[in-house]
Amino acid sequence: MPEPPVESDDALLDRFQRAAFGYFLDYGNPANGLVADTSRDGAPASIAVVGFALSCYPVGVERGWMRRADAAARTLATLRFFRAAPQSDEPEATGHKGFYYHFLDMATGRRVWRCELSPIDTTLLLAGVLTAAVYFDLDTPIETEIRGCADLLYGRVDWQWARGGGITLRQGWKPKSGFLHYGWEGYSEATLLYVLGLASSAFPLSVESFEAWTKTYQWENLYDIEFLYAGPLFIHHFSHAWIDFAGIRDRFMRGKNCDYFENSRRATLVQREYARRNPHGFRGYGKDCWGLTAGDGPGAGTLKIDGRTRRYFGYVARGVPYGPDDGTIDPCAAVASLPFAPDLALSALRHFCAQYPEMVRDSRLPSGFNPSLPGAGPAGWVCDGYFGLDQGIVVLMIENHRSGLIWQLMRRSPPIAAGLRRAGFGGGWLS
Amino acid sequence: MTAGPDERFPRALLANLRPPGWVNPEPAGSYALVVIGAGPAGLTAARDAAALGAKVALVERSLIGGDRLNIGCVPSKAIIRTARLYAEMRDAEDFGGQVPGRIAIGFSEVMERMRRVQARISRGSSVQRSSEAGIDVYFGAARFAGPDTITVAGQSLRFKKALIATGARPLEPPTPGLAETGCLTNETVFNLTECPRRLLVMGGGPVGCELAQAFRRFGAQTVIVQTDPTFLPKEERDAAQIISDALARDGVEIHLNTDVVAVRREGADKIVDLVSDGDRISVAVDEILAGIGRAPNVEGLDLDAAGIRWDTEAGILVDDFLRTSNRLVYAAGDVCLEHKFTHTAEASARIAVANALFLGRRRFSRLTIPWCTYTDPEIAHVGLYVGEAWDRGIPVRTFTILMHDVDRAVTDGEAEGFVKIHVRQGTDRILGATIVARHAGEMINGLSLAITAGIGLRALARVIHTYPTQAEAIKLAAEAYERTRLTPFWKALSKVWLAWS
Repeated sequence: MPEPPVESDDALLDRFQRAAFGYFLDYGNPANGLVADTSRDGAPASIAVVGFALSCYPVGVERGWMRRADAAARTLATLRFFRAAPQSDEPEATGHKGFYYHFLDMATGRRVWRCELSPIDTTLLLAGVLTAAVYFDLDTPIETEIRGCADLLYGRVDWQWARGGGITLRQGWKPKSGFLHYGWEGYSEATLLYVLGLASSAFPLSVESFEAWTKTYQWENLYDIEFLYAGPLFIHHFSHAWIDFAGIRDRFMRGKNCDYFENSRRATLVQREYARRNPHGFRGYGKDCWGLTAGDGPGAGTLKIDGRTRRYFGYVARGVPYGPDDGTIDPCAAVASLPFAPDLALSALRHFCAQYPEMVRDSRLPSGFNPSLPGAGPAGWVCDGYFGLDQGIVVLMIENHRSGLIWQLMRRSPPIAAGLRRAGFGGGWLS
Repeated sequence: MTAGPDERFPRALLANLRPPGWVNPEPAGSYALVVIGAGPAGLTAARDAAALGAKVALVERSLIGGDRLNIGCVPSKAIIRTARLYAEMRDAEDFGGQVPGRIAIGFSEVMERMRRVQARISRGSSVQRSSEAGIDVYFGAARFAGPDTITVAGQSLRFKKALIATGARPLEPPTPGLAETGCLTNETVFNLTECPRRLLVMGGGPVGCELAQAFRRFGAQTVIVQTDPTFLPKEERDAAQIISDALARDGVEIHLNTDVVAVRREGADKIVDLVSDGDRISVAVDEILAGIGRAPNVEGLDLDAAGIRWDTEAGILVDDFLRTSNRLVYAAGDVCLEHKFTHTAEASARIAVANALFLGRRRFSRLTIPWCTYTDPEIAHVGLYVGEAWDRGIPVRTFTILMHDVDRAVTDGEAEGFVKIHVRQGTDRILGATIVARHAGEMINGLSLAITAGIGLRALARVIHTYPTQAEAIKLAAEAYERTRLTPFWKALSKVWLAWS
């Protein structure tokens, strides 16, 4: 029997990208454009997942998985919902001051779980809104209205209010208790948040606000790799899903003779090196099995496995090298490193498929698996269902690797370019 | 249950620190130095000055030794040692050992050992030793009667110079209901005769974290409540995260980003109301321990009579030479310093003595001050944090070694933590360092030495460290720095040289 032909890299990526894209069609509400946080029954919508959905629709159109008219209709339904949704300081509103609550009821669009008004998740939503505004550029009534809605939704966000009276941005606000006590400390996915805030016409953040945040950065030499430290991989992905940071630098990166794209490559190397060293002796970890990030986990508790008592977690931001680390790998995080370290990410994806086939269902990757725990197969514990954030970052980062579509679109988005310039970025495509 | 004041200190301890029947000496003329307070700062100042030939009076209102010996470092480290022992017994299987069949925790024995340790260490601080050193020791509350006079126990002491070293005391939070229900502080917690079944610790600073972990290891169901979103908010966030994980692993129930808003009593229970992001819950406990900070002891001294400026938060106001607004009076230790540590108190006392008696111009700000939180693992720091360097416009590179890459840490099963050394970018000058490790307090001293002596990271790379030790992490960080100097240019040059030679 001849060996079956090896699937090409592009075919492999196409298969996984399309499967991930399908999440947004399977778990969205076409009436209001909201998309579920997870595939689990009763899951509310996450506004960040909606942002990923809005960014994925153009990918679907360009890849031939969706008609442009259908994508425009879904997009417009989404934007109309947010335009009309109640904005006030009432606990059951959808948003306040132009921001939105993190989780919304899939049908009514009202706040659920007494969650926080979330600047970062609003930012991810707006990234999708702005992607749509650039992509849907035809002079049709629908696409014209999309652009109008996008201008309104972005323009009314009061970024200055979100500082809570301080210099830097707070992480959230609640109707009863006001601003959360904590802000953004250290490098994080907040780069995109600051870029959009800096570019606002009506309520712009100051340059001092951005620079005050960058003063909390920590440039570290770990495993002989120098990089701007952040533990979970998603931090090195999320802003990069929309902004091509290759060759553009702010003051901090000029001082380090680096850029944020290269930094994400180095962060990938640190993750891989950590998995190779596997300091806590988890099963599976190795050069092709890495990806510690914010993701689902087996649940909070303590178990004795392989003679060692370990703590396990549910959904938590796992990070390298300081933890938490309970042996749970998010394969989506490894795949999302594709633009920065394509060989390593592809090698990891092929490893996941070969070693843990029961984890890969219909070419869709779960939010986490843990080979150190018992399960149906070698993957051990496998996350039940799928998370929209994981599926979204997989679609966008595979696309950026394959064609650079999202990066090219967002270069044409005025708030992105203006915000980067105000933050002090220069060089590369900004020149 | 707590012991009464008469039972707090065993006879040997009292004999050393406040001998029964002590009679104050008769003051003879003016003293070269009157020291108010016989804690670490006061005792150091009095002994140094006496050793240099000064006529010295030392005034103490309670016990010689101050917080360190009686209510601070010494008793807490003594019980932390026992708590570690219990944790190691619990984790014996992780080391290939057998967990003893039944681990019974004898709390009274823990406290008895603590008192033995106190008595042993108190010998070095004894009144007898001070008297033998030529110091006139007075017991009683000191009060300024003028710019160059104090009164104590009905006697007037005139001085050419004075040093205020009255220390600090635990702050009790102004939480509604707390005063009525009562709470433990680090002054009273060591008087406990029984381990509380349920304990709530207010405050996630060093005292709160250390004692929450220790009491949990003694079997108390322990809850810790911290207003900030992290423990030890002044420390690097990775260090604070490791402490949070360690406390959780020990079974401490953690409430970060949470305020204690009210306390009340219901029967035998103390009910504590907590609020986090608007959500309110109540916790029933047997005891509450307040570890939210310390306030300087400035009351009752009649400082205004001597023209000494002060406030209730900062304490005695001093300049960089530790001189007060009265040119004859200096201050040292917790009563005037932000960093309230025994070693800082002693160092400041030496500066104050040199400046007061020998026309010295030594500045407090020049000191390199390390500190350590004695949780398990410990967190130690010296020098600048990255944010402080940024504020001064200094670009920083951080060299990090994980303890899981240090052989001795692995062999000892103590691989949690890291060594981070911050250097000025473009140089090997060490700006600061943070260590999280089981013995971080011991390890940080090498880096304090390096900073004080101006030894750079390159030099540390050349220092041979004994193998295997956990302090080798410092050498590994230095070697990582050395490798960054091997740029592609130097590599190419090296190749050419090797090919030629």
